[in-house]
Amino acid sequence: MIRREEEMIVPEGWGFVETIDRRDFLRLTSTGLMVVFAVKPPEGSFRPVWNFAKQQRTPPDFNAFLHIGANGRVTLLVGKIEMGQGIITALPQIVAEELNVPLTTVDCVMGDTDLCPFDNGTFGSLSVRVLGPILRAAAAEARAVLVQMASERLQVPATDLTVKDGVIATAGGAKKVTYGELAGGKKIERRFEGKAALEKVAEFTVVGKSAPRRDAVEKVTGKARYAGDIAPPEALHARIVRAPAHGATLKSIDTSAAEKAPGVRVVRDGELVAVLHAHRDEADKALKLVKAVYDPSPSTLDHENIFEHLEKAAPSARIVGPSGNVAEGEMSAAQVISGKYRKGYVAHAPMETHSAVAAVAPDGKVTVWASTQTPFPLQTQVARALKLAPDKVRVITPFVGGGFGGKSAGAQAVEAARLAVAAGTPVRVIWSREEEFFFDTFDPAAVFNIRAGLDASRRIISWDNEVFGAGERGSRMIYDVPNQRTSVRGSWGGTQGALHPFGVGPWRAPGANANVWARESHIDVLAAKAGMDPVEFRLLNLKDARMRRVLEACAGKFGWTPKTTPSRRGVGVACGEDAGTYVASMAEVRVDATSGAVKVLRVVCAQDMGVLVNPEGATQQMEGCI
Amino acid sequence: MKPIAFTLNGVARTVTVDEDRTLLWVLRDDLGMTGTKFGCGASFCGACTVLLDGAEVRTCVTPMSRVAGRKVVTVEGLARGDKLSPVQEAFVEHVGFQCGFCTSGMVIGAHALLAANPKPTRAQIIQGMERHLCRCAAHLRIVDAIESAARKMAGGRK
Repeated sequence: MIRREEEMIVPEGWGFVETIDRRDFLRLTSTGLMVVFAVKPPEGSFRPVWNFAKQQRTPPDFNAFLHIGANGRVTLLVGKIEMGQGIITALPQIVAEELNVPLTTVDCVMGDTDLCPFDNGTFGSLSVRVLGPILRAAAAEARAVLVQMASERLQVPATDLTVKDGVIATAGGAKKVTYGELAGGKKIERRFEGKAALEKVAEFTVVGKSAPRRDAVEKVTGKARYAGDIAPPEALHARIVRAPAHGATLKSIDTSAAEKAPGVRVVRDGELVAVLHAHRDEADKALKLVKAVYDPSPSTLDHENIFEHLEKAAPSARIVGPSGNVAEGEMSAAQVISGKYRKGYVAHAPMETHSAVAAVAPDGKVTVWASTQTPFPLQTQVARALKLAPDKVRVITPFVGGGFGGKSAGAQAVEAARLAVAAGTPVRVIWSREEEFFFDTFDPAAVFNIRAGLDASRRIISWDNEVFGAGERGSRMIYDVPNQRTSVRGSWGGTQGALHPFGVGPWRAPGANANVWARESHIDVLAAKAGMDPVEFRLLNLKDARMRRVLEACAGKFGWTPKTTPSRRGVGVACGEDAGTYVASMAEVRVDATSGAVKVLRVVCAQDMGVLVNPEGATQQMEGCI
Repeated sequence: MKPIAFTLNGVARTVTVDEDRTLLWVLRDDLGMTGTKFGCGASFCGACTVLLDGAEVRTCVTPMSRVAGRKVVTVEGLARGDKLSPVQEAFVEHVGFQCGFCTSGMVIGAHALLAANPKPTRAQIIQGMERHLCRCAAHLRIVDAIESAARKMAGGRK
């Protein structure tokens, strides 16, 4: 089952991921590995930041994910990273559940390309939804193999054995053996023949129960390490000479004053010029001594003409989910209402700027500690930049100080690696806040031209939406409309040619954030034209049972009372679906009539996200999105 | 360069540096104290906050000349061994963080706030923490944590 809207989870060239329906999350795991990867060839030329690795297969051997020490401690190895979303807690919960070990005995190693199995990256709400079932299957197989081994060691039929807290025992416990004794810290060479039985959902004791965050004490004591905290011996901070505008080209450069400053080194690698110093603040000062002259950017785009440009320059349309006949629908409509919606570029603005530290070992192996959501694609990206085999590059991902999609791009790590090679000493690149807001891969600006027809019974009879720049994800019409056509022109990432004046990329439910906003805005306009309450209008035009249930739950909790819009009472509603999760939000705001200032008084958000692994963690994520 | 003596988390330290070096990078690069974070370099975000003689300062714009002879407390100096401060405990309990990058500054800011006003109202907490940014949007939990820490600390003093 390939759901078209899910293809845009990954940018062009990453391949696409066939996902399972969230509702089938647990049922389907009994059939084995849940993810099928299909390689989609890269199209056109990429911006360097998108020059990512091709998709690879998830390892079939559970040993890739799980290691059981002689002391019984379980180490979970995943290529995912922790950036605040809480999977450092949720993924071990899944393993602890299926392996039947206490959660406290599961350690988690994340985002290290030398230790962890390949993973395409931490984005697209894929960690729990897609990796979760894989880990569950791996843990179930490991448990089945361990029970078989126990059966042989104890000379007891496997069916007479039960597992509790990592101890396999006969009824009454006369004979028993621990996981640690069986595994002895070694790789378990055996595979389980047939399908390993999965625990029944109703019998879950760890999954579905709130677990305290495992990173809490480290984070409140300052012990948690982030990429910029890594300082190998002899490491130097690099500040890179930057153009004043995207598209400006270097004409001349004079680094002589900087070179004379004590402790400063100037390093060049092609177009990359940097000042290096052991202390960051002194590197900052030295950068100001560099005199660089640039030819101006040829771009004439600005924040006002960008939208006209997007409509003119967008590539040809891809039609999403067409049905019926839009022209005929409009003919039969009592009124046709048009709207144009524009949204600007949005930065990710993580608290931790893009950071990376690179060191070259005497044998030539390069280690990069990076704030990245994509350690494995980054490994390939760095290897290509240095013309090395990927196994000559190790990416280690400490805690990431916020990503929001923006740390899928790893330009800073390539810079650190190139400079470390050029300088012959470890190099730390910690982007300044200005660099962060300049070299970010922004959520793209977008334009939506929507025409919708209402019939005499206030149903949406036609929907014609032309989407420029936002991409396809989230553009599917959730409402029940017999005649509809959505034309998607351009994507939110990948190759965009000259469409955007700077890098764009994934940003919190990429595409969906813009598509849902435009659609819901126009739905509000339609409700007003229909002379209806916006929630009642939505429900009148909505058949999707899950969406109705979530919307109704939200309205109930909010205390929504129907009133025709515009009601002037300062309440609003929006709903939608992304990555298998249904969301409805309602807000009450106060607008100062004189200044126009808006104050949000309260927000109610309802979500149906399917199986909950860590309810408390899910709540934190919902709050974080309001 | 000149020797600058100050107290860091209760320990006397002397560093020989240019007086216009920033406290942030002396802590991080010269002293290896990486709990204090670089977020913006312009005193806007609060990630680099420490206590200077008990009041919060932004280390990214604090020259070492201002530090001479004074007491600096960083996030590493709040716990006593494994015993977290009441503020740290409350941040753990209420999960006043996600990615954790603003947390050092938040925890320090909360200490400064409660030192100046042990019984703040919720509005005073929000006002007092206004210049500490959290991009993950853990704000409500941070306010809850500070309220709870204030209650706990008031209880402890009785």
